[in-house]
Amino acid sequence: MNKDPEARIIHKQTWENYYLLSLESPKIAAPAQPGQFIMVRIESSPYPLLRRPFSIHSRSESSLEIFFKVEGVGTRLLSQKEINDSLDILGPLGKGYRLDENFKEKSVAILGGGRGIAPLYFLAEELRSLGAVPKIFYGGKSEAELPLREKFEKNGFDLFCSTDDGSFGFKGLVTDLLQAELGRFEPVLIFACGPEGMMKKISELATGKKIPSQYSLESLMGCGFGACWGCVRRIKRGKREEWLKICQEGPVFSSREIIWLEEER
Amino acid sequence: MTDLSVDLGFLKLKNPVLAASGTAGYGLELAPFIDLNELGGIVVKGLYLSPREGNLPPRLTETPSGLLNAIGLQGIGVKEFSEKILPRLKKYKTALIVNVCGDSDEEYAAVVDFLNKKEGISAFELNISCPGLKKDGLCPALNPKTTFSLVRLVKKVSLRPVITKLSPNVTDIVEIALSAQEAGSDGISLVNTFLAMAIDIETRRPRLANIFGGLSGPAIKPVALRMVYQVASQAKIPVIGIGGIFSGEDALEFLIAGAKAVEVGTANLVDPGATVKIIKEIEEYCQRKGIQKIEEIIGTLKVKGKRWKKKRI
Repeated sequence: MNKDPEARIIHKQTWENYYLLSLESPKIAAPAQPGQFIMVRIESSPYPLLRRPFSIHSRSESSLEIFFKVEGVGTRLLSQKEINDSLDILGPLGKGYRLDENFKEKSVAILGGGRGIAPLYFLAEELRSLGAVPKIFYGGKSEAELPLREKFEKNGFDLFCSTDDGSFGFKGLVTDLLQAELGRFEPVLIFACGPEGMMKKISELATGKKIPSQYSLESLMGCGFGACWGCVRRIKRGKREEWLKICQEGPVFSSREIIWLEEER
Repeated sequence: MTDLSVDLGFLKLKNPVLAASGTAGYGLELAPFIDLNELGGIVVKGLYLSPREGNLPPRLTETPSGLLNAIGLQGIGVKEFSEKILPRLKKYKTALIVNVCGDSDEEYAAVVDFLNKKEGISAFELNISCPGLKKDGLCPALNPKTTFSLVRLVKKVSLRPVITKLSPNVTDIVEIALSAQEAGSDGISLVNTFLAMAIDIETRRPRLANIFGGLSGPAIKPVALRMVYQVASQAKIPVIGIGGIFSGEDALEFLIAGAKAVEVGTANLVDPGATVKIIKEIEEYCQRKGIQKIEEIIGTLKVKGKRWKKKRI
C-alpha cells in the first residue's frame, strides 16, 4: 500500500448521478488487484474529515478508475472535481477476489447491483485474461441506473441486464435473472457486489447449487488500513466467528465466511 | 538544527509527537506509510488481559470536523501482543507506551504486572477514560476517588512510569488530574474523547449501535486545549496534550499551553503520515522563530495579568 498525495484526474465521465474518474497514479495502479480499493481524501480541509473508500473500477499500468454514485457530502464534493485536479489517495488496500484456480475456458458469473458494479469491470477483465468466460449480470432500479451497460457491451462482454421497473432488459431482480440463466450455463464461480439483500439471495442460490461464490462487502471506514477497527463484520473462519476488519481482511469474502445481516425495519 | 527532544522527567522523547492509542493500531499499521523511527513515541492500542470482541457495528460515523466512535476496544490481549507484536515493535528507536485497560482495578494491575518485565516498553498509559465501553460512558476517570484508587494500585505494581489518561467528560478536570498526581502518577495525558451521539433522521436510529460514542478530531480541539491549559497550570507532573491535533500549529498551541508533548490521534486515520508532517512543521516553526530547543516554548503562554488559576468554590 502506498500514499499518492497528488493523483491527477485525467479523465471524467458523468451520467445522471453517476461519475467515473480516472486518476493518474502509477505506484497505486500497477500493483492493484481486482476487488481492492483506495481511500480518497476529498478535501484537505477538515470537512469532510475522513477519507472515503472506493473500489478500483479498472486500471492500467499508470492510472486507475473509480466509479461512484452521489450519496452524501463526500461523493457530492468528489463529483465536482474536474480534470487536472489532484486527489490525495491511499492504495491499493485490502484483499481482493481470490482467483487462484485454473479458469481456462470456464464459465463464471459476475453480478453487480447499482453502484455495486464498481469493482466488477476490473474483475471481468482480469478473469477474461485468465481464460475464463464471464457472463455479467447488471441490475438496477431503472435504465438510468445502468450507466456502465455500454462499457461492458463495447468491450465484448456477455451482458444480461435487469431493471426493477422493466425500463430495460429483464423486469425484476438480478437474482431472478441469474436463477433463470443458471439452467442454461454452469459457472464454476459466482462473484457479486451490491446491496446486502441481493448478495444474500445470490449466496443462498449459489450455495444451493454448490457453486462457490465471493462477495465484496461495504462499510463506513475510519482509515482503510487497519488502524481503527471501525469497519468490522462478523466473519466465520473455520469454526471461529469473529469481528474482522473489512478494510484489511476483506473487502472480499466467500459465502462460507459471511454471516449475512438481517434486514432492519 | 533545532533540538526537538523533550524530557518528561521519567522519559526522554526525541521529539514531542506521539501517535495516540487506538488510532495507530499496534503501531505497525502505520509502518507502510511512515518511518516509525521518526516519531517521539507510539502509544499502542489499549490492551486487556484477554482478547476482546468490541462493540457491535456500526462503530463509527463522521460529524462536522469530527469522528464519533464506539469501537469498544476490540483487540488482542497482552499475551498475543507480547509474543507477536512487541518483538517487531521494539526494533524501532522510538518510545513505546502501552495503553492499559481493565474491567476492574485489579485487571489494570494484572495487565501491568504481565507486561512489567517485557523488554522494550517505555511506560504505561492507563486508559481510565474510554467512553465507548458502557452505554452511559461510565469510566473510572469521571470521579477523583476512583481515579485515585486505581492509579494508586497500579503504581504499587508497576516497574515503569505510569501516565494517566483523563476523560474530558467531567465538571472539574483539574480535580481529577490532581488526584491522579496525588496517587503517584508520573504523568497525565488528556483528553480522551467526548461522550457524544448522532442520529439518522431517515431511520430514526442512532448512528452508532452503542448509541453513545466518543467524539474526536478538529471539532474538539479548542475544548481540549482549554483543559490541557488548566491542568498544566496546576499540576506538578508533566502533561501530554491530546485532542484534534492535525498540524504543527495545533501541536504548538498545546505546547505553548503547557503540554510537554502531544499525542496525535484522529489525524493518523485521515493521513497516516500526519505525525511526521506535524514534526516537520514544528521544526519549521522553530527555525523561523530562531528557537534552539523546543522545550523553550513549553508553557510560555503570554497572558495579561496573572496566569489562570483554579479557584476553590
